[in-house]
Amino acid sequence: MNIIVCVKQIPDPEAPPASFKIDPATNKVAPPPNIPPVISPFDEQAVEAALRIKDAGGAKITIISLGVNLLRDVVKKPLSMGADELILLEDPAFADGDSWATAYALAMAIKKVGAYDLILCGRQAADWDSGQVGSCIAEILGLPQITVAKKLEVRDGKVKVERVTADGYDVIEAGLPAVVTVSNELGTARYATIKGIMAAKRKEPIVWKPSDIGVETAKIGAAGRRVKMQKLFQPVREGKCEVITGENEEDAAANLAKKLAEVKLL
Amino acid sequence: MTDNKGVMIFTEVVDGKLAPIARELLGCGRKLAGELKEELSALLIGSGVAGVAAEATAYGADKVYVVDNELLKDYRTDAFVGVIEKVARQANPRILLLGQTSTGNDLAPRAAFRLGTAVTLDCVALEIDASSKLLLQTKPVYGGNARAIFTMDTLPQMATVRAKAMSALTPDSARKGEVVTVDAGLDAATIKTNLLQKVVQEVEGVKLEDASVIVSGGRGIGGPEGFKELEELAKLFKGAVGASRPPCDNGWVPTSIQIGLTGKVVSPEVYIAVAISGSSQHLAGCSGSKNIIAINRDAEANIFKEARFGVVGDWKKIIPAFQAKAKELLGK
Ligand SMILES: Cc1cc2nc3c(=O)[nH]c(=O)nc-3n(C[C@H](O)[C@H](O)[C@H](O)COP(=O)(O)OP(=O)(O)OC[C@H]3O[C@@H](n4cnc5c(N)ncnc54)[C@H](O)[C@@H]3O)c2cc1C
Repeated sequence: MNIIVCVKQIPDPEAPPASFKIDPATNKVAPPPNIPPVISPFDEQAVEAALRIKDAGGAKITIISLGVNLLRDVVKKPLSMGADELILLEDPAFADGDSWATAYALAMAIKKVGAYDLILCGRQAADWDSGQVGSCIAEILGLPQITVAKKLEVRDGKVKVERVTADGYDVIEAGLPAVVTVSNELGTARYATIKGIMAAKRKEPIVWKPSDIGVETAKIGAAGRRVKMQKLFQPVREGKCEVITGENEEDAAANLAKKLAEVKLL
Repeated sequence: MTDNKGVMIFTEVVDGKLAPIARELLGCGRKLAGELKEELSALLIGSGVAGVAAEATAYGADKVYVVDNELLKDYRTDAFVGVIEKVARQANPRILLLGQTSTGNDLAPRAAFRLGTAVTLDCVALEIDASSKLLLQTKPVYGGNARAIFTMDTLPQMATVRAKAMSALTPDSARKGEVVTVDAGLDAATIKTNLLQKVVQEVEGVKLEDASVIVSGGRGIGGPEGFKELEELAKLFKGAVGASRPPCDNGWVPTSIQIGLTGKVVSPEVYIAVAISGSSQHLAGCSGSKNIIAINRDAEANIFKEARFGVVGDWKKIIPAFQAKAKELLGK
């Protein structure tokens, strides 16, 4: 059983909203100082899903991460959780792609890896929230896709997935190889163990450049974008909250009820 | 590909009727089509959906493409992608819109790339650029901290649209529209996934999406018992209970009541956020509420920036006192 998990390094999505800034000169997000980047949380859950399959019946887990300025401590986290290999597509030419350009490079890297039964991605990266890379990889490789998974089970050459829907979930099955994208309903990802961290320290990632995976440079990164960004801005918040007070909390609460009655919201 | 014309809406059907998002999309599509002086069409895919065509017309469609086939009874990616590809190649729309739903966000990327174009998911505003005539697609990014406006030169320009971001027209049953039946032309062998079971987790009482009052709890509620109190309060207002993500992740409440970027989008008259900090990802699901009321012990919590009224303090003291007073004022 060979599992490939695609993970992305992103600015911490849980950083306080007030620390979020756009650099008007570059029209790019300025990463908050002093808050280190993280693996996108859904991708971490995809790693967790792979590890659960490995725990249940054994598997080799290969992590692929595409980007620039990839901090080794950050991108090695899946290794310290228990993944086996780490491949980095690290080159400026890969940067600033849209979902399609990114998925194309990832799919070509996956082809080069060669052996894969299951490809896992997070349901969306928590920076651009695009939510398409998994589907695009499936389309390029001609594989079945199941998105927004909360549970995966591999048996008899098939993957059975519980897919989250608006009012419950669907149980869907596909033959392997297949692409599955993972959602937070899967459950929290495990912590790295000390042993895992030590092993990850010793392990050097494999770095592939565009020429290593035979991609056309016009189709990757910023050059390969079909979706063009015209503008990036922060919506203005009005922030006119009327704080209701009282002699104590109970009194304030009663005053809130009175206020709501007054403005006909009760 | 200058012969691409018109706006097409993939109109989802729920319980034999147009889904609310489909009506909203038709309302938005009508406007876009008007600006382009082109036609608005609806695309109905399913089994036994032909009867819904009249509803699509009433909500604004000039033409309704109907693809009715047994194999399309339930949503399966490969089948629906195949049908969208077929109809889009036949009708050549300039713009193709879907809902940001569990179907739409699975279907749209794959259909887009099959058609050689691209898609922007989860848009909250769509406009036609006056000079280029391109579709300007506004999408919240970075968990709602920012918004980006995207365009694409490939056709059809595709987007999915967030629930409640657009308004439906008042249906007009006198409107006339054309119905075009398209053969699905499906080969069962190309459908690579199998739907084994559909599990619906029924929620008692008022549905979140329909509630005019929502009492929503966050991590600070601390456990399932606290949500019982919120339920009582919601009952008093004939409303529904929602939650931020941590209570769902912790199993205190069903995941189907999560509100936010990756949960439900709601826009009630009153949204009472109890012990919720107001992360951008949570606000993505509730900032359309007419009135947000925040109850939080941290006066600096971000939720107060979105709220109309707020009380700073411990919800365990505030909620019972608020409920007692509200009951009294309501004469119950
Ligand atoms: C990609 C992505 C998608 C996400 N999608 C969603 C989503 O759809 N929905 C969502 O909600 N989150 C989502 N999140 C998570 C989000 O970032 C926040 O972590 C989450 O919303 C925080 O929930 P909270 O406000 O309940 O918890 P916290 O941020 O921990 O806030 C708890 C609040 O409770 C207050 N409090 C504690 N005790 C009391 C008390 N006794 N009385 C009064 N107040 C008290 C505290 O002051 C604090 O403000 C997403 C995150 C990512 C990265």
